[in-house]
Amino acid sequence: MEESREAQKYLDASTRQLIWWRYKKHALAMIGLYLIVGLYVFSMFCEFLAPYSKDTRHFDMTYASPTKIRLFDDEGKLKRPFVREVKMDVDLKTQQIRYLEVAGTHYPIRLFVRGDSYEFWSLWEGNLHLFGVDAPGRLFLFGTDRMGRDLFSRCLYGSRISLSIGMFGVALSLLLGLVLGGVSGYVGGWVDSLIQRTIEVIRCFPSIPLWMGLAAAMPPHWHALKVYFMITIILSLVGWTDLARMVRGKLISLREEEFVLAARFAGAGHTRIIFRHLLPSFTSHIIVTVTLAIPHMVLAETALSFLGIGLRPPITSLGTLLKEAQNVTTIALYPWLLIPVAFVIATVLAFNFVGDGLRDAVDPYSR
Amino acid sequence: MATILAVENLRVHFFLDQGLVRAVDGVSFTLEEGKTLGIVGESGSGKSVIGQSILRIVPPPGQIVEGNILFQHQENGATTQIDLAQLDPWGKKARSIRGREIAMIFQEPMNSFSPVHTVGNQIIEALRLHQDVSAAEARNRGIEMLGRVGIPQPELRIDAYPYELSGGMRQRAMIAMALVCNPRILIADEPTTALDVTIQAQILELLRSLQEEFRMAILFISHNLGVIAEISHEVMVVYFGRVMERATVSEIFKAPLHPYTKALLESVPGIDTPVRTHLATIEGTLPDPHMYIRGCPFFGRCGECEGNTVCRDEPYELTWVAEDHYVACPRICVPM
Amino acid sequence: MTDSDVLLEVRNLKKHFPIRKGVLKKVVAHVKAVDGVSFSVRKGETLGLVGESGCGKTTVGRMIMGAYRPTEGSIWFSPPNGKPPLDLASIDPGDMRELRPHIQMIFQDPFASLNPRMTIREIIGEPLIVNKVARGEELDRRVHELVEMVGLQPQHMSRYPHAFSGGQRQRISIARAMSLYPALVVADEPTSALDVSVQAQIVNLALDIQDKLGLAYLFISHDLGLIRHFSNKIVVMYVGRVMEYAPAQNIFERPRHPYTEALMSNVPTTRPELIGRRIVLRGETADPINPPPGCPFHPRCLYAEEVCANVVPPLAELSPEHQAACHFSRELNLTGCDALGCAV
Repeated sequence: MEESREAQKYLDASTRQLIWWRYKKHALAMIGLYLIVGLYVFSMFCEFLAPYSKDTRHFDMTYASPTKIRLFDDEGKLKRPFVREVKMDVDLKTQQIRYLEVAGTHYPIRLFVRGDSYEFWSLWEGNLHLFGVDAPGRLFLFGTDRMGRDLFSRCLYGSRISLSIGMFGVALSLLLGLVLGGVSGYVGGWVDSLIQRTIEVIRCFPSIPLWMGLAAAMPPHWHALKVYFMITIILSLVGWTDLARMVRGKLISLREEEFVLAARFAGAGHTRIIFRHLLPSFTSHIIVTVTLAIPHMVLAETALSFLGIGLRPPITSLGTLLKEAQNVTTIALYPWLLIPVAFVIATVLAFNFVGDGLRDAVDPYSR
Repeated sequence: MATILAVENLRVHFFLDQGLVRAVDGVSFTLEEGKTLGIVGESGSGKSVIGQSILRIVPPPGQIVEGNILFQHQENGATTQIDLAQLDPWGKKARSIRGREIAMIFQEPMNSFSPVHTVGNQIIEALRLHQDVSAAEARNRGIEMLGRVGIPQPELRIDAYPYELSGGMRQRAMIAMALVCNPRILIADEPTTALDVTIQAQILELLRSLQEEFRMAILFISHNLGVIAEISHEVMVVYFGRVMERATVSEIFKAPLHPYTKALLESVPGIDTPVRTHLATIEGTLPDPHMYIRGCPFFGRCGECEGNTVCRDEPYELTWVAEDHYVACPRICVPM
Repeated sequence: MTDSDVLLEVRNLKKHFPIRKGVLKKVVAHVKAVDGVSFSVRKGETLGLVGESGCGKTTVGRMIMGAYRPTEGSIWFSPPNGKPPLDLASIDPGDMRELRPHIQMIFQDPFASLNPRMTIREIIGEPLIVNKVARGEELDRRVHELVEMVGLQPQHMSRYPHAFSGGQRQRISIARAMSLYPALVVADEPTSALDVSVQAQIVNLALDIQDKLGLAYLFISHDLGLIRHFSNKIVVMYVGRVMEYAPAQNIFERPRHPYTEALMSNVPTTRPELIGRRIVLRGETADPINPPPGCPFHPRCLYAEEVCANVVPPLAELSPEHQAACHFSRELNLTGCDALGCAV
């Protein structure tokens, strides 16, 4: 029988291609995927994308509201986007700081400007930024904090830390989960019981107090980087249990699959069965679990840092940024300080969408 | 003999992402009171969809796109003819017919029972949904029905959960649930496929005796030619969503006319085929379900048409060839 | 027939699965899945193992494949290289690995038995690779040959299982089982998931391959018609025990056990005029956890007498090669496949 082109393509496809075709049909999952890719690109190149470095203080611009970007000049003519110079002023009645635009000033937003110098990935030095305005005009897309630091730039730097903690934490959980879950599922017997009981005990701890306890045990004089790694380890200590259970469950059900039996009857050894048959059959499930675990890590980090027991300045994460917005007065007067929450929400939602889409797509043979 | 149900030129299409699938493509038949019509076909022939369309439970993206399903509806002693194909599947009317006048049993009884309620409660609920009876009376009717389908100690088993019953007993309980409202049509979709032969024989026997007792019409759907032969009065052979042949049971198994029916019968190692010899096979595979075939869908696998393009290209219809015997074979029904 | 023709000899094979309950996993009962089964398979012949679900036929097959260790009994297998027979029930894993190429299996479910993430080439080639039989170009040549032997198109070798229909997948499964030219193939319901027309194709293929390679089949099925068509000898099992064991023709002409008779009369036939002769059994298949005392079939048997409920009938030799486990085999005159419309 003749096969149409379309059918031919389907018949020749590998499992991975089938999963991808099915995933593509899931609109939300695709949006999530673009968002994640976007967020990771942002955080990878944040030195270049941010108009200022995360620690540059503008003392004359503390708690500045987001800069207005204008398209029309005083005569009402359309111009390329520009900003006006802003001057601090004190409202004599309320004693509140406010920022007033200086009329007539005109600083167009330009691409590829030279500005604060940085060390890109600690490899190259540079001072090129994707966009910016010439001094004394200043561009604060999300406003500034109490020390006059540009919140937009800090958000980008913050997501770098938060997202990477998610990645490293999950990577560590994955390692633990794969090894312990794998041993538990494949060996069975008392080893299995021991590992399963341990998991149950770990899962019984309320996670926030556990994290708090562990985080509090860290000596305060530790270097910020060391704290960062410790926090990752603390987060993954709890995170691996889910993965280990998933791996064990999958292994046990797959071990009884006929194709695994067939391989055994063909004379295949343990190594071949594990690496050729078992692992490839649930990598996609692992990816799903991992995708759904990352937002948990991000949230956990945010929560810890927000409480002040996670990362500490000078490390900037989304959590430490939110710490600035801890009291009602600040939020009422400077609502833009809550913008980092949007990043947290975007990250968590995007990962959840992708995870859901993948979960629907990983089994391309079910209809 | 009274016709209860007449299906005319039924077409059910599935609108899939990959294209249109004509699951049922112009099927017509009638169901008579107290008689069994067997639908036999291989997987993918659309035989189950026919049953689902009558109950209006075709799963999306399937839709009845054409045809009538004329049912002699009885209400308050009066008989009216209604077209089930025009009903809103979720409407009151369809729901009042489903379960009360037309009931269905499936291959896997576990799927039609809820695992968290006792068998009895589900039978009672089915009864009280359609009839105005007290709880106590419904329970008595349930016990009576369970006893009638051959479940020992029905007054105890009525409080059993589905998982506590064996496969055969579950199938009996499902039949009890289907028949408790005394339906006039029973649609049985592969009800014995998951059972062992000795249990299958029991269930077939049970269905036959219940049919005599309740005078209901049965639409029996199966892939197993033997089972169909034993239970049916009339048999319809379907392939690729179309009826290939329809005749009385003795006619179809003694003197089949359609090449597909013949091939199907020959490919089962009958007890008189010489042992350890080649069985007759049907070459090739089912056509791609997305394809539209104007002529005979069996073209290309058929051993009798010898590449005659009339078979492939000419539209044809199920044609009367003898009393109660209809065939859809272009060689027979298209003048050449 | 000399003894050297015997390829597989199963003696008094038992498998009892423990049922554990409670926190301490105490053994509360046993499922007597297989409870004393004996038969032998000669080189190049087909032994049919027939019975209803739960009769232990699959467990017998799996024990021969080495998936479970038997609780009791022995499985003597004579390797084709002329070495003395080995007992698969107590063999050590190293020796088993050497025997693997000679015993292969075809599974029931064509969807579960092929790894969806491997191409056909990899699936069929796997036994050749792991047993270090062939590699590189030689491997390609062998796989190509096998693919052609089972009637698939070699240009589709780099496709994945999802691209194939149930029947084609079963062909792939057969090609995999045949790749090492085994002496014995255990086929566990190889066609029960397939449509009848496809079933016929697979049966023909299996017969052709047997002719060509001279291998023996242990053919496990619930379908009497298929078993009759396929087998030289037949074992009828019920709740873990052998009810009757005889050459196919004898069993169908003149069954000597009431269960065999009932089973035959229950096969649905396309000859409606024969329905009247059906023996409808009462009750259900016995529970292998708690089988009835005496003959396990007695609660359902039409001919049962008091002795049947108390004494387990032994598998007795009624004529050369014909054995049945019934107290009354000699007295009863049971109907054979006449009831099925058999023209033998």
